[in-house]
Amino acid sequence: MSKTIHSLRVLLVAALVSVPALAVAPQGPAPQFRLESMGGKPVALEQLKGQVVMINFWASWCGPCRQEMPLLEKLYAKYKPMGFTMLGINVEPDSTLAAGFLQKTPVTFPILFDTKSEVSKLYEVAGMPSTAIIDRKGNLRWVHRGYKPGDENEYLNQIRALVRE
Amino acid sequence: MTSRTRPARNFLQRISLAPRASWLGAGALLCALATQAAVLPEDRADIMYHRYSGGGITVEGPSVLVRKSIGESFSATANYYVDAITSASVDVVVSGASQYTENREQKSIGLDYLHGKSMWSAFYLTSSENDYKANTWSLGVSQDMFGDLTTVSFGYSQGHDKIGDSTDPTFRDEIDRRNYRFGLTQILTRNSLMSFNFETVTEQGYLQNPYRFMRYVNLSGTYTLAPETFPRTRTSSAGSIRYKHYLPWRASAEGQYRFYSDTWGIQAHTAGIEYTHPLKDGRWTLNGSYRFYTQNGADFFSDLFPYQDAQNFMARDKETSPLTGHTLGFGASYEFPVAFASWLKRGTANLHLSRMMIDYKEFRDLRGLPPGTVPPGTEPLYALDANVVQFFLSFWF
Amino acid sequence: MKGAVRILLLLSGAATVLAASGCKPIEPWVKPYERERLADPVMAMDPDPVSSSYMDHVYEVREGARGATGGAGGGCGCN
Repeated sequence: MSKTIHSLRVLLVAALVSVPALAVAPQGPAPQFRLESMGGKPVALEQLKGQVVMINFWASWCGPCRQEMPLLEKLYAKYKPMGFTMLGINVEPDSTLAAGFLQKTPVTFPILFDTKSEVSKLYEVAGMPSTAIIDRKGNLRWVHRGYKPGDENEYLNQIRALVRE
Repeated sequence: MTSRTRPARNFLQRISLAPRASWLGAGALLCALATQAAVLPEDRADIMYHRYSGGGITVEGPSVLVRKSIGESFSATANYYVDAITSASVDVVVSGASQYTENREQKSIGLDYLHGKSMWSAFYLTSSENDYKANTWSLGVSQDMFGDLTTVSFGYSQGHDKIGDSTDPTFRDEIDRRNYRFGLTQILTRNSLMSFNFETVTEQGYLQNPYRFMRYVNLSGTYTLAPETFPRTRTSSAGSIRYKHYLPWRASAEGQYRFYSDTWGIQAHTAGIEYTHPLKDGRWTLNGSYRFYTQNGADFFSDLFPYQDAQNFMARDKETSPLTGHTLGFGASYEFPVAFASWLKRGTANLHLSRMMIDYKEFRDLRGLPPGTVPPGTEPLYALDANVVQFFLSFWF
Repeated sequence: MKGAVRILLLLSGAATVLAASGCKPIEPWVKPYERERLADPVMAMDPDPVSSSYMDHVYEVREGARGATGGAGGGCGCN
């Protein structure tokens, strides 16, 4: 029995040594969409051409998403004057849960509702939360999957580079 | 192991509620602690009062559990648990002993490390009562895969128990124990998931209860009490399946089944269902459950052996006898407002009540029926009803 | 029984290696953004560890069987 356990331990360590990269650099134009927003007026990605756009897919039931929100608010406040905007796309079928969360943790950037998961599918959201960064020309430059404290420094560097373009 | 004769007056002064079970908290707690592999478990503190009362035994005490994350990758946990036992159980009474009281104190600590989609865990538990000391080390790993729909986990525990006998200061023995665990949880649909668990336990040493006894038909045609003799090894395997389903009105239903088999010849089936229903007010959650358990007896169990030293191994321990048990459970949880403390995210007050009803198929109730009163083997079968109360406060911070 | 345990453990180890190495990625049929019900506390496999470990202890004392009571996984699947 102990030999089996030993070989299993070896297998397990080998398997777990490589951790997949969480930030991907794709090419090509960002998929277009148009969603209802919490402010009332629908928002389309096309309208934001010329600005650096950061899209954050989040849900009220997702712990790391909730943790990330105040940091996204800080990024928005800092870079908005330089032609940067943030879109918080809530992926829940029931939007009242998002509203409930935002009452306790308000943000000033636009919140959009993807209740039918159409935009999530379009952007191939593979983890919660997911963040996509789009440049002024409308090209998708970075995709982040998941959130760990410290990731906001990567966001900072990428946004800083893109607003300078 | 040769049988030891003991003076009748020292026979069975008391029963410890959990001489064999002191270490079991370790396995259960470890499995209970590994939740999801991709995020650390939430920080929380639980303070519980527990009370078991039935069959002439009352066991009550606190259980305090704290879990706190350290940095972004570690989560530590600690538990302090006490069983304050007052026992005049069927085994105590029949031996002629008087009611006794005892305290069992259990402490444990654990550490979880999150790396990517893997969670590594280490755990240590120590339990102590005046005639039984148990120590268990556990290691575990849990891995999310296939788009986080599947979680595979492995666990290993190693335990060492030191056993004494409060009626016999010269008695000292030990148990060495190893547990091997494998688990697989699979998300089936948006509304359902399923979990398989498999565990093998292998032990060697003194595996019986020094305060229990067996009986045999003596030459006068009545019965004589004598010490039990158990094998010094035991290997068991258990496999279980759990299925949980989300109901559209926001509730959940769960079904579970476990099959158990060991080298003592005990085979058991456990089946249960549970229903959880949050009320629309957003504060109360109700919970109801039913659990069925049945086991056959160990190969060497008999309520009454035909004569002295009839077999190499002889047991009359009711926990190794054929039995069937039903448990009904009901729980209510109230989420109280936490506006008063900004460091508190959430708090609940919980009350769980269970009623256990166990029927013993061959173990007989000898209370009030000393040798000579009725023909041995005609005493009524024993049955046990117990009430279990759990009251706990939970805080998330 | 021992042989079966060994085989089962080896198979599970192999499955773990394959999955972790991404040798043949399977598309999840429940997307990460579709897990709102699974993340609901009502669907937690073990919402109150202090209570479940206590009841496991009560049952193990009164019964002959032990083991296979755990359940990890499910939940939000975040990160």
